[in-house]
Amino acid sequence: MLIKGGNANATVTEVLKDMYALKKPHGVLYKKKNITRPFEDQTSLEFFSKKSDCSLFLFGSHNKKRPNNLVIGRLYDYHVLDMIELGIEKFVSLKDIKNSKCPEGTKPMLIFAGDDFDVTEDYRRLKSILIDFFRGPTVSNIRLAGLEYVLHFTALGGKIYFRSYKLLLKKSGCRTPRIELEEIGPALDLVLRRTHLASDDLYKLSMKVPKALKSKKKKNISHDTFGTTYGRIHMQKQDLSKLQTRKMKGLKKRPAEKTTEDLEEKAKKIKKN
Amino acid sequence: MEGQSVEELLAKAEQDEAEKLRRITVHKELELEFDLGNLLASDRNPPPTGLRGAGSAPEAGLRALARDNTQLLINELWKLPTERVGEALVARLPEPTTRLPREKPVPRPRPLTRWQQFARLKGIRPKKKTNLAWDEVSGQWRRRWGYQRARDNTKEWLIEVPGNADPLEDQFAKRMQAKKERVAKNELNRLRNLARAHKMQLPSAAGMHPTGHQSKEELGRAMQVAKVSTASVGRFQERLPKEKAPRGSGKKRKFQPLFGDFAAEKKNQLELLRVMNSKKPQLDVTRATNKQMREEDQEEAAKRRKMSQKGKKKGGRQGPGGKRRGGPPSQGRKRKGGLGGKMNSGPPGLGGKRKGGQRQGGKRRK
Repeated sequence: MLIKGGNANATVTEVLKDMYALKKPHGVLYKKKNITRPFEDQTSLEFFSKKSDCSLFLFGSHNKKRPNNLVIGRLYDYHVLDMIELGIEKFVSLKDIKNSKCPEGTKPMLIFAGDDFDVTEDYRRLKSILIDFFRGPTVSNIRLAGLEYVLHFTALGGKIYFRSYKLLLKKSGCRTPRIELEEIGPALDLVLRRTHLASDDLYKLSMKVPKALKSKKKKNISHDTFGTTYGRIHMQKQDLSKLQTRKMKGLKKRPAEKTTEDLEEKAKKIKKN
Repeated sequence: MEGQSVEELLAKAEQDEAEKLRRITVHKELELEFDLGNLLASDRNPPPTGLRGAGSAPEAGLRALARDNTQLLINELWKLPTERVGEALVARLPEPTTRLPREKPVPRPRPLTRWQQFARLKGIRPKKKTNLAWDEVSGQWRRRWGYQRARDNTKEWLIEVPGNADPLEDQFAKRMQAKKERVAKNELNRLRNLARAHKMQLPSAAGMHPTGHQSKEELGRAMQVAKVSTASVGRFQERLPKEKAPRGSGKKRKFQPLFGDFAAEKKNQLELLRVMNSKKPQLDVTRATNKQMREEDQEEAAKRRKMSQKGKKKGGRQGPGGKRRGGPPSQGRKRKGGLGGKMNSGPPGLGGKRKGGQRQGGKRRK
């Protein structure tokens, strides 16, 4: 859900509208301004989340101390889990860039660049929130020609650059196409401000995977230290005399040979007796 | 000369291949981390120096970086197994590997069904059955239930009429009817378990049992409920000529009037004070012994379960001895508590305490 604060200005409203356009049809944009402060009082956010059954939110506001403020956050069980406040330094809207856009509802590709995203806990949570926010619905198959949209996040010099590009697939001689990018969509330069991260145990609780979803171990498959995979097949006892092997037509017993053999055997028996 | 041209051709072909590959390869110091289920790529490399220097207008640099990273991601995606759906080429995505917090809490485990509770209490465990059973008729090993099962009595072409049955009765129809009733009863129990799990109101179907065999009390209750379910709560429903007033349909709790019988009230209050003052506890023998026996059963069942779990984990075999441990002693007991002397396993203080208190013998419901 995308909420406007009591004193949202034009920039912030534009940002929220653009994000709503990105996240259609799964987003809810609240038209009226709500006079709340997420970092002080979380009850109104939780109430909204219960009413609209959304767990991710984006709250925009503006005041002298924190100009062009954007709070991105998520909830667990209708209680606030994480909230990160970002300041918008530069914003280029969807409307400003005049070229053809992607259809809405496409699953975007997400790329995070910069080693900052793994260094601090704040950045790691931010990455996790951004993935949660911008990834589309989980699908098992995807049409390769339908991969059109890329969101690129770069952490550089304390700022986070958010750019969105449209993908152009060019011929490259082999099966995998060559990529050319065309900038569309919103571009944001963000600065990390305050954070309100969940306590460790609440976070652990929210990460719990139910037993049914855990991947099951496959039986009868084992791996070597060298990387070889071994499988085990269980079979019933085989009668080796009846085993079907290659038939060499040349070695087949001909009737003439057969009779001579019989005679020989008979002779042997007579001899013994 | 020809040899030379062949060599030249080969070299040229190699060069072309390298060209093609160069168009899609990107050189990076550290490999990217991919999560293809989410179409995600993470680049751990520190941003190139050109970008850091740019500062105010890093657009071109960012774009180049983005192009490189996207190329790598697309390369990975194109390596996935594909299939043709309709006219489109579709790649099969793996499961997403990034662990993200859930939106709602994990669903609670379902409450145990009535049978499961009972089995847990008594320590009954399911008997392990073999997969195949010997079928005499066909002379081979067949599965225990399902298609072409071992002892299939639906395929019998001859059923003997039992001695006490009506000779004109259709035994085949009787068998099918019995099966239908069993299925319906099973379904009813399953729905009841479900409703208990969700604590929902059962659509009661007016209290009627699906098999049609109900006890007199159940029918009576169903009839009462039906009578009261009118707009005027059953006030204007006539009764049949010989119908008796329903039993047990009054108020469930009876309260004494606020003031009335002063003598009785005085007696009750004095009795209460006396019981509170007395140092010795009042004990109800029957209830105590039953409770004790129940607790012991539960403990044994819990112990057996723990042993079997430990046995499974360690791979050791408990053997049948483990199961039988609690069996014989519990059979020899009677459920109704008598004098304390008979129960030698009960607590020693039980005997002889039959003072005061309410002593209600007979059947108890726990």
